[in-house]
Amino acid sequence: MKVRAQIGMVLNLDKCIGCHTCSITCKNVWTSREGVEYAWFNNVETKPGVGFPKEWENQDKWKGGWERTSKGKLQLKIGGKLRILANIFANPDLPQIDDYYEPFDFDYQHLHNVGDTKHQPVARPRSLISGQRMEKIEWGPNWEEILGTEFEKRKKDSNFNEVVQKDIYGQFEKTFMMYLPRLCEHCLNPACVAACPSGAIYKREEDGIVLIDQDKCRGWRMCVSGCPYKKIYYNWKTGKSEKCTFCYPRIEAGQPTTCSETCVGRIRYLGVLLYDADKIEAAANTPNEKDLYQAQLDLFLDPFDPEVIAAAKKEGIADNWLKAAQRSPVYMMAMEWKVALPLHPEYRTLPMVWYVPPLSPIQTAVEAGHVGMNGEIPDLKSLRIPLRYLANMLTAGDEAPVVRALERMIAMRAYKRSQNVDGVEDFEVLKQVGLTPNQVEEMYRYMALANFEDRFVIPTSARAYAQNAYDLKGECGFSFGNGCGGGESDLNLFGGDKKGVRKVIPVVMKD
Amino acid sequence: MNFVDMLLFGIYPYIASVIFFVGSALRYDREQFTWKAQSSQILDKNFFRVASVFFHVGIIMIFLGHFGGLVIPYEVWDFFGVTLAQKQMIAMGVGGFFGVMCFIGLSMLVYRRLFNPRVRASSSVMDTLILLLIYWQLILGLITIPVSTGHMDGYVMKDLMSWSRYLLTFRPAEAIEFMSEIHWIYKAHVFWGVTLFVLFPFSRLVHIWSVPVKYFGRSHQIVRRRY
Repeated sequence: MKVRAQIGMVLNLDKCIGCHTCSITCKNVWTSREGVEYAWFNNVETKPGVGFPKEWENQDKWKGGWERTSKGKLQLKIGGKLRILANIFANPDLPQIDDYYEPFDFDYQHLHNVGDTKHQPVARPRSLISGQRMEKIEWGPNWEEILGTEFEKRKKDSNFNEVVQKDIYGQFEKTFMMYLPRLCEHCLNPACVAACPSGAIYKREEDGIVLIDQDKCRGWRMCVSGCPYKKIYYNWKTGKSEKCTFCYPRIEAGQPTTCSETCVGRIRYLGVLLYDADKIEAAANTPNEKDLYQAQLDLFLDPFDPEVIAAAKKEGIADNWLKAAQRSPVYMMAMEWKVALPLHPEYRTLPMVWYVPPLSPIQTAVEAGHVGMNGEIPDLKSLRIPLRYLANMLTAGDEAPVVRALERMIAMRAYKRSQNVDGVEDFEVLKQVGLTPNQVEEMYRYMALANFEDRFVIPTSARAYAQNAYDLKGECGFSFGNGCGGGESDLNLFGGDKKGVRKVIPVVMKD
Repeated sequence: MNFVDMLLFGIYPYIASVIFFVGSALRYDREQFTWKAQSSQILDKNFFRVASVFFHVGIIMIFLGHFGGLVIPYEVWDFFGVTLAQKQMIAMGVGGFFGVMCFIGLSMLVYRRLFNPRVRASSSVMDTLILLLIYWQLILGLITIPVSTGHMDGYVMKDLMSWSRYLLTFRPAEAIEFMSEIHWIYKAHVFWGVTLFVLFPFSRLVHIWSVPVKYFGRSHQIVRRRY
């Protein structure tokens, strides 16, 4: 047993209101630079929809993630090492920037300078790559917001596979929607790391964060194809790939990531998970896709088990990390209550950002007598979001874990409702879903109240005290290349202008 | 001894190699962040695959051909029973084939670089310059093929091989003697070829140093420890 620790994340989709605050704060902090205007380390999609970039979940098209070969070997879907290197001159599985969207800005200055006109002046869009006028914006990071675009296009969503009669969900009365905030999954078996010919991408041992070494990246762009979540972005200006950093400087200091901290719906949770690194390969190579969820659960270790604690200490995991693991909201939601599920386990990357499936309108329908009851709990088949759709997204098509998670959430509501409204302890409903009153009270505290200190249990990293902060005084924060990026663009013998400086496209006025 | 010949073919190659090696080392040491292939594939994929693969395969084969011709001593070829005339035939045939292949790919890439608005806007001066220089150099190289049909005995080729041999063994005075008699097209090709080495460390060509052969040897996953 080789114990390693990782900061995992859970997103409670039941509470996501799709406000995009996470995306905006992330963008402001990390990707408001030239070359990554189109990159959203965190984005929120409205489902069903093809998403960002287009059809990212369709791995027949993009070949992301891993697959089991006929001989039972685990291999990247883009091919073995030889095929990857053979494609190094032109990667056939690379999305074009239009699959994300062509970044643009508006000629706002025109509104100031236009003078007297007969008509209302307009700020027209302009490409941030070529600087040329864009007559029409065709796509954006959130083009399908609240079921935008016609159903004919949105139904290409891969999660509709094997959903019976998917066409009826195009009807107004039958339609459904949910939000899916997405970021890098910081996988246990990351496909991007395996795909990188230069070996520039790595997983940090101490907290599991997957990072790209910007100095070692040579821009071969295989990681973009390798990642099934399409969460690695090629910076067309610097020629290097970039990805979500899990806000590691904040995590190291014991603070939540920017997206988590600013989430107004309080849907995000951060906590330590202990796992057995020796079993990763076997788990990722589980023959049946539907068993991958369970295989990943089996990797996680009980932080109260004395054997695990001893083994963790042997690996040098600090005491504050073990304590945090015992209080980890992520562990509770994924392992104890089993309400959180991985996103697309069938990609075999063993993702570490998990999701609580959303309930959809059903309770009101129960009251109106439209829905069949299954014991104390309404029949989940009458949920607006088809179970199969959620199962395709979260459990490789196995509906049972999704049903369990949803039933437990409904049971929690029913129990608390009868407790608070009727003054009755409804133990029947808890028995049906296999929860104790204690567990439900905890679930209520974590999922309904969701206090800051319960949502984010992040131990400070050893770095905080391993380094003498005084030595770091006056050093650069984050910069590109050598020295501190002060925004100036001196000529450099090797690289031309300094990168990462936002270029403003001048507006030419014509009468 | 002709002064211009001495300057261009006796001294300039040494200056070029110093710039090439020292420049590359300095850039690798000081400016890792600028060390990259700078692909623009993401901006426009139309015909990119054909263009890039034709260009790269062509130019790599041409490079290997030049290496075999200029660096491997002709005694080695002799040992394997390849006569000078045969060697020239091989060079013209194989070089011509991959030269044309490279030319097709490179023509597409040059067109893309100059006339695709996205690619053009995101190109640096050096990106465009180095591409045009390679294009120019390739065209010069292709012109040498019809010129070579005028002397199929392989002795001009032997002169060029001798030039590089004497140069590589630090005898520039003797080396340039072999350059005095040959057709100007070869001289032009040699001059611009050496110039490519001068510009190499300052351009995106540095990615050639980073052919990721180590990828075959490493395990799939990489885990780093910070302290």
